[in-house]
Amino acid sequence: MLTHRITAALGLALAMSTSALAQETVKIGVILPYSGPFADAANQLQAGIDLYIAKHGDTVAGKKIELIKKDTGGPAADVAQRMAQELVVRDGADIIAGFALTPEALGAAPVADEAQKLMVVMNAATSMVTEQSDYIVRTSVTIPQVNYALGKWAHENGVKQAYTLVSDYGPGHDAEKSFAAGFTEAGGTMLGSDRTPVANPDFSAFVQRVKDANPEAVYIFVPGGAQPAAIGKALADRGLNPPATQVFAQGELTHPEALESMGETARGIITTFHYTLERDDPLNKEFVEGYTAANNGREPDLFSIGGYDGMHLIYEALKKTNGDASGDALLEAAKGMSWDSPRGPMSIDPETRDVVQTVYIREVQEVDGKLQNVVIHEIANVKDPLH
Amino acid sequence: MTNSTLTQATARDWLRRQSRWSLPEIIFWPLLLLPFVLFPTYLPLANQIAIAALFALSVDLILGYAGIITLGHAMFFGLGAYCAALLGKNGWGEPLTGLLIAGAFAGFIGFVASFIIVRVQHLALLMITLGLGFLTLELANSLGWLTGGADGLRVPRTWPIFNYFRFDLWGYTAYGYSLAVLFVCFLLSRRLVNSSFGLALRGVRENSTRMPAIGSAYKSHQQIIYTISAAMAGLAGALLAQTTSTVALEVLSFNRSADVVVMLILGGTGRLYGAIIGAIIFLVARDQLAGINPQYWYFWIGLLLMVVVLFMPKGILGFISRLAGKRD
Repeated sequence: MLTHRITAALGLALAMSTSALAQETVKIGVILPYSGPFADAANQLQAGIDLYIAKHGDTVAGKKIELIKKDTGGPAADVAQRMAQELVVRDGADIIAGFALTPEALGAAPVADEAQKLMVVMNAATSMVTEQSDYIVRTSVTIPQVNYALGKWAHENGVKQAYTLVSDYGPGHDAEKSFAAGFTEAGGTMLGSDRTPVANPDFSAFVQRVKDANPEAVYIFVPGGAQPAAIGKALADRGLNPPATQVFAQGELTHPEALESMGETARGIITTFHYTLERDDPLNKEFVEGYTAANNGREPDLFSIGGYDGMHLIYEALKKTNGDASGDALLEAAKGMSWDSPRGPMSIDPETRDVVQTVYIREVQEVDGKLQNVVIHEIANVKDPLH
Repeated sequence: MTNSTLTQATARDWLRRQSRWSLPEIIFWPLLLLPFVLFPTYLPLANQIAIAALFALSVDLILGYAGIITLGHAMFFGLGAYCAALLGKNGWGEPLTGLLIAGAFAGFIGFVASFIIVRVQHLALLMITLGLGFLTLELANSLGWLTGGADGLRVPRTWPIFNYFRFDLWGYTAYGYSLAVLFVCFLLSRRLVNSSFGLALRGVRENSTRMPAIGSAYKSHQQIIYTISAAMAGLAGALLAQTTSTVALEVLSFNRSADVVVMLILGGTGRLYGAIIGAIIFLVARDQLAGINPQYWYFWIGLLLMVVVLFMPKGILGFISRLAGKRD
């Protein structure tokens, strides 16, 4: 009698759990700085995520996708760590994603490790992020990836000596190092390097120093906002602009909104990036049109594409595992995955779990009376050189 | 003769009366254990509240009791955090010794800084504390090889406490640990402010020119309390680094210095419980509001702050004690 009851109870429990499985959801916790100084980046990234879900539906492999958004309020590693912890223990999240900023990715990494959940880094661009846990996969870009490639390309295209001028903070240092590494390993000579304060309104003194060294090319790295226009003007004022001197930079410098404020001084600047808004490609056209339509005309940027491809990775991995959202299964599915993104062909390195993609060398040229980034060279399958 | 013995006796009585545990106090502390049973999924938040409360307590000692206004106390919080993190990173993950070393280090820097602090007052004091905070932040930023710069540092998991309590994913150990440290520091602070030293500090707060006139050396008093406060802030920072296994430049930021003052104003300055209540209200409100709307939660915090300063000038605790008909 008792055994009967137990079997019945077991059967009931089993039936309940299978019915629960049938309508089960996959919960994705998104950790981003929705408020504070990086709110704009978070919103762009979120818009990328939303666009993917709007296009591909919110059901994948028979499971409903549910997003749980968590705000960190700025670069706050400890808050990101707590949010990740809460997502796992309280909200029952299966996947944690987002991470616009490196410190926040570092904060959450131990949680992903211990809870064995897939962690999709959709922006944070420091090399070492993916080394922090075996459960991290990155769908954005790394600073060394694009700048090392640019350094090499610069020397291969006849530049013999160069100078770097970067903002004095983590990403600036990384950019300086990796450009110099690519450039000197190819055989170029660095004439010198200078660093400017992170919030710097006037570059004239720094640019004068560069001019005194008289390099063939100068590599610059400044955060977005008001600084691209300021440095563009300072360079032009001292005649340090193309064609007299080559100006190299990472893609943010000549992002469409920055180009508007830089005006004529931007002409001829050569930048390196993994995503080019104007790239002529049907997938990209569809992406940009869908994005601008959904966001009041705002154009996508590097954050948007990171979020969009991050969701693609999650969807495809879930399809492969047939809806199994355990960290190990998803990780196996994600390793080595390759697909065509609006940014171009990309894949996930099975060893480092980092993104492998085409790096575009672009030059600011006039197209239909408007300055824009024109792709002049493509370097396929670039890996992060530091792993 | 009889008169002076009489006043001495009454003063001692008064101090003794002040330091007696009241019923609400005895009820308050066991309540802090409730999250373990009632909200086990909120323990990571409870842990950060305990840490914020300890930090607010350290600021209350100088701001509420000694009248030293500060907008740069995150400097000591951050120094403690980086000290504990660097110890952990270089192979010493024992929590208690790490905590004490970090506290001592922050206290030492606080002692050095106190020589400047006691020389200035009011606006100049604000500027000095603000400036020291920014200098430390910039120093940590430029020492990227040591501090990890803008990327921050990831610390290996702290060793189990007493080699037994492992830091778990749910945060049981983390909250228990932080709460214990908070309680010990609270007992110490309570003893301090209810002593003749504490009374002298309040004298400085009320009128710093009169204190020397009655023969009280106020500068050395201020230096002592500033050093203690810095050490306590360092302990809070160290707790954060140890329980979250991570530290970033944000621990030194102006935001953190400002948030802690907001917590104190919400709870009520010059009462030790104000620091704890303020931290609870600020962080719980922030967590709940950010859950409702991740983009615009700061609006409600601003509104809450305005309501409190307009209608409860002595903070929430001051308001409650006025309702209860008690004098301060």
